[in-house]
Amino acid sequence: MSRLLLIAASAAALAGAAHAVEPDEVMADPALEARAHALSREMRCVVCQNQSIDDSDAALAKDMRIILRERIAAGDTDEEAEGFLVARYGSFVQLKPPLRPDTLALWFGPLVVLVAGGIGAAIYMRGRAPGKAAPLSAGEEAELADLMETDRSSSDRAG
Amino acid sequence: MKRVLFLAPIALFVVVLVVFFVGLRRDPSALPSALIDKPVPAFILPPLRPEDSRGFAATDLGGEPMLVNVYASWCGPCKLEHPMLMRLKREGVIIHGVDWKDTREAGYGFLAERGDPFVRVGSDQSGRTGIDLGVAGAPETFVIDKAGKVRYRHIGAISIEDWEQKIGPLLQRLRAES
Repeated sequence: MSRLLLIAASAAALAGAAHAVEPDEVMADPALEARAHALSREMRCVVCQNQSIDDSDAALAKDMRIILRERIAAGDTDEEAEGFLVARYGSFVQLKPPLRPDTLALWFGPLVVLVAGGIGAAIYMRGRAPGKAAPLSAGEEAELADLMETDRSSSDRAG
Repeated sequence: MKRVLFLAPIALFVVVLVVFFVGLRRDPSALPSALIDKPVPAFILPPLRPEDSRGFAATDLGGEPMLVNVYASWCGPCKLEHPMLMRLKREGVIIHGVDWKDTREAGYGFLAERGDPFVRVGSDQSGRTGIDLGVAGAPETFVIDKAGKVRYRHIGAISIEDWEQKIGPLLQRLRAES
C-alpha cells in the first residue's frame, strides 16, 4: 500500500515538471535556465497554436526555445529576448497579449458587455417595479369615505 | 420602450450570428506576416544546387516583384504545390527558393527529380532564416515588391484559386508600381 502511494506521489511530482524541453537544450546556469523556462511558457508555439513553446514537441518550438536561450546567454533582458521572436512572428507568439490600440476590444470587450448587461437589467427591473397609483378622483374619494363610515358604524354595533 | 426591449435579444442574436458566420469561416492558421511592408531581414544562404557558386541572399530581393517560396523535401503539401510553381516559372514569374530545415542532398534531390522552378535557391539547414522570415511551416510563399519589401505572405500550397484571385493580381499591381 505504501509502495503504491510512493509510486503515485512520484508520478504526480513528475507530471508537474513535464515539459518538452530536452536535456541538450538546458542552460548550464540554473538562474538563466529558470528565466528561459519562465519566458518560454509565455510564448506561443506557431505550429500547435494552443501550446506554449515550453510544452510543444514541434521542431520549430524547439528552435524557438534554443533561440530564447541563446539570446539570454548573450545577455538579453527578458523583454529583448521576447522582442526577438515578436519582431519575427508578431504579437501572435505572446500568450499574454499586450495592451495596445488593436487589443483594446480584447481587454475591455467583456467589461463593456458586462456594463451593457447591467444597464439592460436595471431598465428591466425598473419596468417591473409597481408604479405609483394615480390619486383618487373627488367621486372616488367620497365613495371611500362613505365605505369607511359604514364599516366603522357596523363595527361599533358589534363592539 | 417595451418594443425596444423585446427586439433587443433578437438584434443581439443576429449580431452574434453574423460574428460567428464570419469568424468560424476564417482560417485561424492564416496569420499576416509581422514583416508586411517591411524589408526582409538580412540573410545569406549557402547554395543548394552543386553547380551554383552562391546561394540566395536578402540582397537578391527587389528590382522586380517576385516570389520567395519556402519549401522542404519532407513537406507533403510542397509536392502538391510544385507543379504550380513550375507553371508560374513558365509564365515568367521570378521565384526564389529557400530549402528549409532540410539537408542539401534531400532538398536538391527534390528539385532534380521534379524540376527546378527557382532562379536562386538557398539551403537553410538550421532553419534560422525561416525563423527570421516568421515562417511557421512549409510551404509558405512571400510576395516581394520592387523595393524588396514583403507585401503578402501565403501560408500553405498555392492553389489555382490562390494564384488567380490573390497572388497573380497582386503581382500585376506591384509591376505597375514605380
